[in-house]
Amino acid sequence: MPSSDVYEQLTEIFREVFDDDTIVLTPETTAADIRDWDSANHISLIVSIETRLKIKFKTFELESLHNVGHLAELVQAKLNAKTT
Amino acid sequence: MPNQDSFAEETWPLTLGLGWLPELPSWKDLLQDARRQAPETAFAAFQKLANTRMDFIRAGQLDKAIQRYLADHPASSPFASVRLALLGSGTLSHLLPGIRLAALRRGLLVDIYTGPYGMYRQELTDPASALFAFRPEVVCFSFDAEHLAPAGGSPEDTLANLEFCWRTAGDALGAAVVQQTALPRFPLLMGSNEDRFPQSRATVLRVVNERIRAASAAHGVSLLSVDTWSAVDGVASWFPHGLWYSAKQEVHPRAAMFYGELLGRLLGAMRGRSGKCLVLDLDNTLWGGVIGDDGLDGIALGQGSPAGEAFLAMQRYARQLAERGVILAVCSKNDYSNAIAPFERHPEMVLRPADIACFVANWQDKAANLRVIAETLNIGLDSLVFVDDNPAERRLIRTELPMVAVPELPEDPAGYVATLSAAGYFEALHLTAEDTSRTLLYRANRSREALRASSTDLGSYLQGLAMQLHWSPFDSSGLKRITQLINKTNQFNLTTRRYTEAETGSILRGPEALTLQLRLTDVHGDNGMIGVIIAYPRPDHGLLIDTWLMSCRVLGRGVEQAALNILAEQARVRGYTVLHGLYRPSPKNGMVREHYKALGFDLVRTLEDGATEWVLPLDRFTGLPAPMEILKGDACHPAMSMSS
Repeated sequence: MPSSDVYEQLTEIFREVFDDDTIVLTPETTAADIRDWDSANHISLIVSIETRLKIKFKTFELESLHNVGHLAELVQAKLNAKTT
Repeated sequence: MPNQDSFAEETWPLTLGLGWLPELPSWKDLLQDARRQAPETAFAAFQKLANTRMDFIRAGQLDKAIQRYLADHPASSPFASVRLALLGSGTLSHLLPGIRLAALRRGLLVDIYTGPYGMYRQELTDPASALFAFRPEVVCFSFDAEHLAPAGGSPEDTLANLEFCWRTAGDALGAAVVQQTALPRFPLLMGSNEDRFPQSRATVLRVVNERIRAASAAHGVSLLSVDTWSAVDGVASWFPHGLWYSAKQEVHPRAAMFYGELLGRLLGAMRGRSGKCLVLDLDNTLWGGVIGDDGLDGIALGQGSPAGEAFLAMQRYARQLAERGVILAVCSKNDYSNAIAPFERHPEMVLRPADIACFVANWQDKAANLRVIAETLNIGLDSLVFVDDNPAERRLIRTELPMVAVPELPEDPAGYVATLSAAGYFEALHLTAEDTSRTLLYRANRSREALRASSTDLGSYLQGLAMQLHWSPFDSSGLKRITQLINKTNQFNLTTRRYTEAETGSILRGPEALTLQLRLTDVHGDNGMIGVIIAYPRPDHGLLIDTWLMSCRVLGRGVEQAALNILAEQARVRGYTVLHGLYRPSPKNGMVREHYKALGFDLVRTLEDGATEWVLPLDRFTGLPAPMEILKGDACHPAMSMSS
């Protein structure tokens, strides 16, 4: 399970990328819920998460991200792998 | 949270991380603050933010904030605008924030058109397309490597396509053209000698870039050289394999800000926004140590010490810039006699007193001294690049004179040259004969000033100069310099109309315009081309002066009067009976508001935006006194040797 800390960090990055301080992420949040989250901005979002959290996504992983819950699980797994 | 304010060199290398820009500690608060300001101050605040070091995430946020501000406050920006069409083959949308911020650093607000994905050729060939409706002033072709060097394709086919694009953009759209070179990202198959396999795609790409270089100069096309620049920090940092596969992004978001910066520099150079003068501090900038304390023998300079060699490299770099036409000045907190001593007597100095067009060493604050330097050289403060190793001085200038470019310098002098080079303050589209002799021009100007100071009566001073004004219509050999003057002259410029080289070329070839290029020589040397006039016929047997600009170097010497005499004479010879003058105010041309009045024109009317229209009937014009000889011909070739 992703920790609340991961949601906090992702929320912070989403707010910067979409320049919207009202964003609050939940596991069910999808692209439809956030203004400007289209395919072009999706790439910036992914690279922003990589840059800020110092993790790296694999090309095939990007295809299975349907909501923020999936994203958070993936991020948590990568952060865990970094610390162990 | 990871520390977002640190720009470690390994993640943010020099070019991609815009390493010459300063970091701003309270970035987020200042952005919030800028959004809430009124238009009078908001844009300065946005520009200040754009001039700081940031990652692409913050760049995107800043750009969004500005775009939203513009949507809420339409037409409120004080900056000059540029319409840019960015035409490409891959995904370009992620490049736009970096381009807009880079333009903003140069006081330009750029409006970008990208067009439907992959449709650039259809758009170019259809005058009814959205591209034509956009009326771009600049078109940048930004093609990916697959497009420029396709498998099985030949460099000839690529060049034929590019030349078609350049001609269409230049002729049909009337735009200045920028061509991005191919990013050298194809893998090698057999190593260092890959070029011996002519079918190698890496080889074909390299050949394409060579052909683009050769052909672009002939077409007047400016290059955006991603092949050259990507070598500095490495193609691996530029090209994201994964993002190419998933989104056809050839430029990594991390490299997008620098890509934008490179294009912004070209736009700036087209609009005369490149730096003109490099102002150098001395102690620990040009040599190691403090000349006042350590003395001539104690400073680190020259062979034998690593730091001494690093400072030598810095001096060589400055000297080479001067050879290309950048003016050098010194601004130092020192006693003058101490400061000048190494220039006169240190055996290892590369820079000598004659290389410095304006030498200021005293104990006043540097902001005041930079004002003096700009005034002495007759250039704007925004043309100065101030290099100082002392962070406190840099901060002072950024606060007091935000229009002066002040690069961050690494603590190690070995990195000075790389930083200045990466910062790209002196972007130039081409080099003219005047550029290479500019330091000589400014030196001659100083001896003129000295003569003036010793001369009590202006009339006899001017007679003593023995001036000769050479004039001729535009000709092809003067075209580059004419275009350069049209695009960089801000102060003595009545209408501030900018023309591309393609446009000045068609003015030259067209039958209707009366054109003049003016060159001034005097006892101190050759001032080079110092004036450009373009006038068009009006239905009333009159001529409308569309463009009248002059170099500020020759102000106060009666050259305007002499130019009017020539213009009036040429107008009469062609049967015109009246001259119409127009003054269009800009933030910088207040000095010529009364230009036509001073020359005896009558005011016709004042328009809402402060523009004024003037008229001079030629039947009553008998010529103005002008203390110089007027000669026809050879206005565009400055003599390279100087008499002073």
